[in-house]
This record gives sequence, structure tokens and C-alpha cells, in this order.
Amino acid sequence: MPSLKDLKNRIGSVKNTRKITKAMQMVAAAKLRRAQEAAEAARPFAERMTAVMSALAAGVGTGEGAPKLLAGNGQDQVHLLVVMTSERGLCGGFNSSIVKLARLRANELVAAGKTVKILTVGKKGREQLKRDWASSFVGHVDLSEVKRVGYANAQAVAREVMAAFEAGEADVVTIFYNRFQSVISQIPTAQQVIPAKFESTGATALYDYEPSEEAILADLLPRGVATQIFTALLENGASEQGARMSAMDNATRNAGDMINRLTIQYNRSRQAAITKELIEIISGAEAL
Amino acid sequence: MASTVQFDLVSPERRLASYPATEVQIPGAMGDLTAMEGHAATITSLRPGLLKVVSAEGMKAYVVTGGFAEISATGVSVLAEQAVPLDEMTGAQLDALVADACEAAAVNPNKDVADQAVADLYAMRAQAGI
Repeated sequence: MPSLKDLKNRIGSVKNTRKITKAMQMVAAAKLRRAQEAAEAARPFAERMTAVMSALAAGVGTGEGAPKLLAGNGQDQVHLLVVMTSERGLCGGFNSSIVKLARLRANELVAAGKTVKILTVGKKGREQLKRDWASSFVGHVDLSEVKRVGYANAQAVAREVMAAFEAGEADVVTIFYNRFQSVISQIPTAQQVIPAKFESTGATALYDYEPSEEAILADLLPRGVATQIFTALLENGASEQGARMSAMDNATRNAGDMINRLTIQYNRSRQAAITKELIEIISGAEAL
Repeated sequence: MASTVQFDLVSPERRLASYPATEVQIPGAMGDLTAMEGHAATITSLRPGLLKVVSAEGMKAYVVTGGFAEISATGVSVLAEQAVPLDEMTGAQLDALVADACEAAAVNPNKDVADQAVADLYAMRAQAGI
């Protein structure tokens, strides 16, 4: 049985924790709004880009002489997994769900006899993958100094990925991130970026191309990779804040419950102590 | 009043401009072209240069560094990798762009393309008069 003083200290510390989680929740809510706005603002570019590229890709096809980023280099032996996670913890299952998906995919690939390489973005995922997959790590992109993810950050990641592809160190590149659906639901997603995959849109408008279709496509594909990575980073940013917000909301509520429980226990032991003292006094007086 | 086309300028991070314009001068990869209403549907890639838009309020210029433009009879959408309104462009920013391009040129295996990009930037600087 803890003493009254212990209980009082305990209540005080849980109250402090509640204050902190509450503050973190509010910060996350504000950041979430900004992250969502950024994701929204980037959408027109990504949508147009995909539309034009899928039209071009349908025209050029994946036959002989097609750009490598579209058709692949004819192999699928080495898979590069780009695992995008957050730089900070305390965001519920956000990082674990991405890592789980990546691990599952990596196990499948290894079982199928492929080689797996892993590029991590964000240190939390790296820490979780280190135990089993440290030997597969080929690089790490640190975004901890970045306040607000910009297109330049995505370009840096894309450059690294494309360098690996062009050097023949990777045949297939897949990115892992959380797609933002709502504050309580983020969907871990795996998306293949090289070779590029497009859903055929069917109807394609007739355009003149200047220079040729092939030249434009060759120019656009690297930008397409960067755009996809940028979109993923933004979705991830919004998801992270959403996950943190709901995690902190839960933590605040749990702290409240804990305070209530502890307070009841505190009051009970206080009363027990008073009763005990009274009994001692009364039985002392009776004995006289 | 001249007939107009819907002009959109989008960068990866945000939509920079969206308004009706009478003509849009685009720095295409194969040379400048001007799009007005009724232009044949065209997709062209961009070289680094000045994008000029003439609308009812006068002319606005933007510095763009690459991307592509989609022209149809009723609208022009420019998807630029980087786009900055010319009034907000400073000499220092331009120098940074040139430095970036030079750096990229040093590692780019396709020397001609990279050198062309640097040359285009210098040409743009002369044209912008910064």
C-alpha cells in the first residue's frame, strides 16, 4: 500500500503528463492543418503530371527503345525499397505500420530469391528496421533539420534513387508511405515508382508534341519520380500529424482516467487513516 | 476586348496563378512560342526562361526553370518545376539557380543538355535585366 505522500506525488506527475500530451495534441492539430494544406496545394501539379505522362506512356508504349524509367531495365532481381517514416516518435502506430508493410514485402522478395536493398527516409523507420535488415541498408535521407518538406527535398531523394537505378544497383524501386485518409485512419501504401506504372486513362486527347513524344517523356519521367516522392512525403507528413493527434488524444484521456483512479485511492487511504486514528483515540479513552 | 484563354501556372508546391489571359509567351524547348485562343492542342517541354502572360491587367512575367506546358484551344497550363514572379526575383536568387545548374552540369552524363540549361539561364538573366 503506497503512502499518502506517494499517491499525491503520483497524481501530480500524471497531471503534468496530461498537460504535456494535451499540448502536443494541439500542436499536432495545428501542424496537421498546415500539412493538409500543403498536400492539397501540391495536388493539381501531381494530377496534371500523371495525366500527361500516362497519355504519353500509352502512346510510346513499353516496347524496344522505350525510356528505361518506363519500361524498366529488363530485370527484376534487385529491389530497392524506399521506406519513408517520421523523424519523431510519439505518433502511435504510424511508423510501425509502414515498417510492418515494408518488412512483409522484403520477406516475400527474399523468399522469392530476390535481392532487397533498403533506403530509409526518416530515422524512426531506420531504427526499427535495423535489427533484421541492417545489412540491406544502402542509404539514409535525414530530414530532421527540415521544418517544412519542399520539392527540393523530394528531388534529393529522387536523385539518390535514380542514381542507384542508372548505375544498375536497383531494378525495381518501390516507395512505402502512409496515405492520409483521416485523423484516425492512415493507410500504409506501397507504390512502385520505377519502372513507372500508369493506369491507362483510355481516352487520350490529340496533341502536337514539341519536341517529339519520346523526348518529352524522357524529360518528364525523372520529374515524375520526384513528383511521386514529393506527394508521398506530403501525405506522410499529414498522416504523421494525424496519427500523433489521435495518439495524444488517447494519452490525454488515459491520463485523466488514471488521475481519477488515483484520486479515489488517495481519498480512501486518507479516510482510512483518519478512521484508524479515531479508533485509536476512542479505544485509548475507553481503556482508562 | 480580345478573346482570352484560361491561364494556369502550377509548381509542385502550389498553384501560382490562374486567370484569363489574352496571350501567353512560352519558352519552349525548341524555341519560344505564343499561345492565344484557338491554338492547336500542343504539349511542349520548357527550357529555363521567361514566361510572359498578357492579360487585361497588363503583362506579367515569371521565371521558370523547366517542366512542360499543355496548350489547348481554350486554355494554357504551365507545369513548371520552379516558378517565381519576375518582380520577386532577385539577382542573388538567380545566381543560386545558375550555381545549381552548373553543379548539375558537372555531374550530368549528358553534357550538352546540362550546358544548354546553363546557357539558357545566362540568356534569361540578360533578358530579365537583373
